[in-house]
Amino acid sequence: MPKQAVISGNMAAAYAAKYARVDVIAAYPITPQTTAIEYLSQWVASGELDAEFVPAESEHSAMTICIAASASGARTFTATASQGLALMHEMLYIASGLRTPVVMMIGNRSLSSPLSIWNDHQDSMAERDAGWIQMYAENVQETFDMGLMCYRVGEDSRVMLPAMFCIDGFFLTHTYQNVVLPDQEQVDEFLPPYSPKYRLDPSNPIAMGTVGDPRWYMEFAKQKVEAMEAARGVVEEAHRDFEKIFGRRYDPFIERFHCNDADYIFITMGSVSGTFRHVVRELRKEGASVGLVRIRTFRPFPYEELREAISGAKVVGIVDRSISFGAMKSCGPLFLEVRAALYEQEKKPKTVNLILGIGGRDTTPSMVRECFKKLESVDERREFDVFWIGLRE
Amino acid sequence: MIREGAGFRELPPAAIVPEPGTSLKNKTGSWRIFRPVVDREKCSKCRICWLLCPEGCKIELEDCFETDLDYCKGCGICAQECPYKAIEMVLEEGSSIA
Amino acid sequence: MSIKLSELPAEDYFLPGHRACAGCGAAIAIRLILKVAGPNTIVASATGCIEVISSLYPENAWGVPWIHTAFENAAATASGVEAAYKVLRRKGKISHDKVNFLAIAGDGGTADIGIQALSGMAERGHNVKYICYDNEAYMNTGIQRSSSTPYGAWTTTSPPGKAIPIGKREVKKDVARIMVAHGIPYVATASIGYPLDLMRKVKTALEIEGPAYIHVHTPCPTGWRFESNKTIEVARLAVQTGMWVLYEVKQGRLRITYKLSKLKPVEEYLRTQGRFSHLTDDDIAKIQEDVRKRFEEFVEGYRQLGVSVEA
Repeated sequence: MPKQAVISGNMAAAYAAKYARVDVIAAYPITPQTTAIEYLSQWVASGELDAEFVPAESEHSAMTICIAASASGARTFTATASQGLALMHEMLYIASGLRTPVVMMIGNRSLSSPLSIWNDHQDSMAERDAGWIQMYAENVQETFDMGLMCYRVGEDSRVMLPAMFCIDGFFLTHTYQNVVLPDQEQVDEFLPPYSPKYRLDPSNPIAMGTVGDPRWYMEFAKQKVEAMEAARGVVEEAHRDFEKIFGRRYDPFIERFHCNDADYIFITMGSVSGTFRHVVRELRKEGASVGLVRIRTFRPFPYEELREAISGAKVVGIVDRSISFGAMKSCGPLFLEVRAALYEQEKKPKTVNLILGIGGRDTTPSMVRECFKKLESVDERREFDVFWIGLRE
Repeated sequence: MIREGAGFRELPPAAIVPEPGTSLKNKTGSWRIFRPVVDREKCSKCRICWLLCPEGCKIELEDCFETDLDYCKGCGICAQECPYKAIEMVLEEGSSIA
Repeated sequence: MSIKLSELPAEDYFLPGHRACAGCGAAIAIRLILKVAGPNTIVASATGCIEVISSLYPENAWGVPWIHTAFENAAATASGVEAAYKVLRRKGKISHDKVNFLAIAGDGGTADIGIQALSGMAERGHNVKYICYDNEAYMNTGIQRSSSTPYGAWTTTSPPGKAIPIGKREVKKDVARIMVAHGIPYVATASIGYPLDLMRKVKTALEIEGPAYIHVHTPCPTGWRFESNKTIEVARLAVQTGMWVLYEVKQGRLRITYKLSKLKPVEEYLRTQGRFSHLTDDDIAKIQEDVRKRFEEFVEGYRQLGVSVEA
């Protein structure tokens, strides 16, 4: 029988790896992800989980070990954040290039300098072009579910890409919520054993990680694109199966809240969505025409779903917890992607970029109301604005 | 086998070479300026040239070791190291040294 | 245990058609190492000479499964393969009983950028045999100095000039000694000038459970500036002059595997190579004095690391 448990986001991520019957875990401690790998090492030590726990000497090696283990036919898991993810950067491209479906939990955390252990999305946004599936969870249940989803989608033979599920540092990694943990048999049904077509095996010697000169490199880059595009259908299919097996339903790419008739729509990702949903509900009661779109799957980017959800609105407020320094008015990366998705539309909403929660700055309901005022007061004739919310002048 | 000029739909993923030893089609013998010539009388089949060849292109015959000229780059280690001085490096026809 | 030339198998697992320079010392080392390791082997290569000359797509010079991920992480890559095999075997998903896991990297990939991953692999005790082929500079990028480049050598980034006449001002990093300090079951130095000794050491490493480190001196005609037929001769001279000492530390016991009663003058070694051609008689005298001192203090230095010494 599925059981209920009050657990943290980090524990939910660890449970996802455990229920996935992970073979190799390689990791390096970094706040706020650390307790996730502590749980896994405890389960390996107690014999509760039959896996190799490799305490790597750096995140770079942790990712390398996962890639090589995956290339050898093992299901792998790692978790990191911030500087650790930045140190892995080189290997992230290699993971997707070698088509090794490593699964990684990110405890989203700001990037130095100044040093900050607190939450924003600068770390994972910096890796958005690395060829990884990227998903963002809002609560602890979703963290667990997304962990399983990452294995299912990444290991699909049509995809074979690494996948990261991102949960907000502290807001989710260290928050305890009531979660339903499934039966192992349900997970086994959802997630078939990992069996890649090619793996390192002396009875069938192959070479992996060769030199691709200009006669060849582009073809392999295009294969990666094809895999990422194929992931769109696989993500949907996996969510359908997920609902069938576990009884929980998610919109695969974007979750809509009061969007159908809304003049004003926020677009968010991650745990801040809860605060926005709460305020949207209040504003609705007050008679405002406002809605919310929460992006769950960021890579592949749901541009069609977004267009459909927001093109009827007057103004869309895109919430970024990251900054693309030197982009148009130094807006956030999510803003860039959403704007680009709207370009082909004849009827486009005005867009506003709301940058908030940088370096762990708390986002309160009153700040969300301030955001709403920014949307309401948009001047039709003006070019877009980038507003920093919660910033001292 | 990977077909020269194959498109991305045909190629195995991730630049994997799904079989061993495909370098054999790369005939590095064309790099050679000097060619090893063995004196079959002097060769005692001690295997030193075979052991030390960077290409692994020494072939054991009944009475001596010969060189697989498809791959021999003409480094001359075999001639230098042969304890019986049974190998001589001769300039390839058409080659010249400044 | 010994290796007999007459009994070596004909089969190679580092195959012709590779694109190493004529007379490449590293290619000799890798071919001989793979001959000992045999078909039940998986190789993880660091970026570097051996990697690029063996894997220009779709050419694959390997006869065994081979993986390259990046430059600084051959040890971590091999660790990952080994960890996967360990657990998959335990879970009954893999039937191979004994697979050799080799990590292969050059001196840059070992002594410089890869030393952290190497140290981690050794400390964690992976059953990986790490081979460093030491051609004493970044040869793949065109002869730049590494921490393994010897004192006084010309490279493109340690060029002798009016202000710095010596070339490389720093002494060669002693990675084998660093690995001995890790306390792993087997550490050895080797040279392609002594191929049977090299092969015996590889065999020994493969037979011992746990991490092993073998540092192989592999002269490079292109980067050291000598004729391609002199590779083995230069390698031998390095040993005979005491510039490169052959030894092994097995389970904490040191054995000098090529004992010299009398060193040849270092000049005999240095003068074979264009990279040392700028050295003055005084420079050579200093190098000679350093070699003499290092040689005399060699055994004592290892005693201080807690290693016992075989007669």
